[in-house]
Amino acid sequence: MTEDRLAPPTFDPADAAAAAKRFAASAPADVHYALVDSPVGTLVAAATPRGLATLSYEDFHGGVDAVLDNLATKLSPRMLEAPAKLDDVRRELDEYFEGRRRDFDLKIDWALASDFGRRILKATAAIPFGEISTYGKVAAKAGNAKASRAAGRALGANPIPIVVPCHRVVGTNGQLTGYTGGLHRKVALLQIEGIVLG
Amino acid sequence: MAQPPFQRFLDAHRDDVWRFLVASVGRDAADDVFQETFLSAMRAYPRMRQENPRSWVLTIAHRKALDHFRARKRRAVPVGDLPEVPAPEGPEPRDDGVWERVHALPPKQRTAVLLRFAGDLSHAEVATAMGTSEEAARRNAFEGLRKLRQEMT
Repeated sequence: MTEDRLAPPTFDPADAAAAAKRFAASAPADVHYALVDSPVGTLVAAATPRGLATLSYEDFHGGVDAVLDNLATKLSPRMLEAPAKLDDVRRELDEYFEGRRRDFDLKIDWALASDFGRRILKATAAIPFGEISTYGKVAAKAGNAKASRAAGRALGANPIPIVVPCHRVVGTNGQLTGYTGGLHRKVALLQIEGIVLG
Repeated sequence: MAQPPFQRFLDAHRDDVWRFLVASVGRDAADDVFQETFLSAMRAYPRMRQENPRSWVLTIAHRKALDHFRARKRRAVPVGDLPEVPAPEGPEPRDDGVWERVHALPPKQRTAVLLRFAGDLSHAEVATAMGTSEEAARRNAFEGLRKLRQEMT
């Protein structure tokens, strides 16, 4: 203690870090997220109490912080990193990439999709493992056969790739067109499912 | 622009809040009060004004520390004569020894000393947290320090 100051108490930063970790693991946030490693890159997985809201290829969306900032704006800033709350997502993805899973049983929160986008994504979710469809067919299934371009845009903005298998949607003559994580990933995912396009 | 993810806020302020709580409620109770503090902060977070988040969360920590002492008081069973607290040995007690003595200060001095020196807030920020003038915050911190010095000599 000097004339006009009092030295702050000593503390172990590891204690503070542990307390913060306990908080993030147990507090009721609006959005829980975790980084998930996969053979097609690092994914940011984020879930609300309603279900999985996004699975983002972080490198394709400006990095992890940019992905999280975007979620804070679009969903809620009450976000915590809570890997244990995304255990089922991680497990199902692992099984998919190991060839032991063909369908995902995860609850989905469609909050990040528009109404039309939601119909397109649900039609896409119905395409079976190992099969492909076209933008036109998906648009028709969503109730508007003429909306294949809009379907393409909705799939390009798919907030939950892999689980909602937009990689199974290709152009009419089989060309890959685009993918929300880059075409190389679309190729890789189709290969996992035994599909090789020219 | 909406608030950034709360996780980032937690990471940025966990050390400051922890240090403040070690001083104000002690190492053993710090974890409980830390959880309460960030729970309240997360609830109010979307409405937080962004100019001074550190001062904002330390003010919450201060209120939660007061809640903690009130709850402890309610739980406490009244006893007759309390045993004398032995004086610390040696002329220069450890930091934490000083911080234990801070608890014996009158409430306003205690609060000002804790927020100023364990929370490292400016006198102006302490004043806002306490709802007093900056002059009063400064005087309370000064009087508190003087009392601590007197006790230790």
